[in-house]
Amino acid sequence: MDLLQKVKEIIVEELGVEENEVILEASFIEDLGADSLDTVELIMKFEEEFDIDIADEDAENLTTVGKAIEYLKTKIS
Amino acid sequence: MSHLKDKVAIITGAARGIGFSIAELFAKAEATVIILDISTELINAAVEKLESVSSTTICGFSADVTDEDRIGEIFKQIIQQYGKIDILINNAGITKDGLLMKMKISDWDAVLNVNLKGTFICTQKVSRLMLKQRHGVIINMASIIGIMGNAGQANYAASKGGIIAFTKSAAKEFASRNVRVNAIAPGFIKTDMTAALSDEIMAKYSDLIPMKRMGNPEDVANLCLFLASDSASYITGQTITIDGGMYM
Repeated sequence: MDLLQKVKEIIVEELGVEENEVILEASFIEDLGADSLDTVELIMKFEEEFDIDIADEDAENLTTVGKAIEYLKTKIS
Repeated sequence: MSHLKDKVAIITGAARGIGFSIAELFAKAEATVIILDISTELINAAVEKLESVSSTTICGFSADVTDEDRIGEIFKQIIQQYGKIDILINNAGITKDGLLMKMKISDWDAVLNVNLKGTFICTQKVSRLMLKQRHGVIINMASIIGIMGNAGQANYAASKGGIIAFTKSAAKEFASRNVRVNAIAPGFIKTDMTAALSDEIMAKYSDLIPMKRMGNPEDVANLCLFLASDSASYITGQTITIDGGMYM
């Protein structure tokens, strides 16, 4: 499964949103209705699924779907 | 009495004292009771006793609440076996009394580690799961000493005062996910911990208790049962004293 699809699935599952809402420009908080707890849970889920560590400073910048995917690409490859 | 039927409850420091009384009452209330304590021997004895008063599922794990990895492992195992954790009682606690001028750093650290850091570790490990479940109850054992202070117990008082403040922060963080966090602040309760106090100190404190007697572990267990049950579903972030009127 490609990274984009996997990340989308995680977001759909964690935030309880529809897949068609998860576009690259979507902001987790403003567009996908996440609150601060949701964003922490989402980051922890990424760490678990991709077996990586995401530093708090990095996590702060992952505000949109696109930014998260770009970041995960660099971390995983 | 089946207030806690089908609930899974973890109680730390439950092999004796107040923790054991809570475990016993929860077992009678038909909860699945998981006791954590440091001594395997005491745990085995406690599990055996509990099995004689209730037919509910009882199990025990030996663990140090300050051992983050071990606590994580145990909680994972509990989830695998029982599918959920509904209630966590952070009860494990120790004392290392001494006047503050002469208090060893090691005695300060030991008490802060078990009482306060242990509460933090167990709460953190269970929180992700409870937040996901969209329900859960956490009850932290504070103490009247955490409110009033006590000569010779600066470390214990700091740890218990810390637990009260920690409880409020955790309650605020978790409230939106229907996870309630409360603290209980017992006064003088008849346990091994208070049996270690001198007669002189006990006499002095008895004078300060309007009800003129010490409490029983069962009194604390009853409060715990209420807070853990759905009867308390709108109570969070509170510290409830249970002390015969000593602190008002």
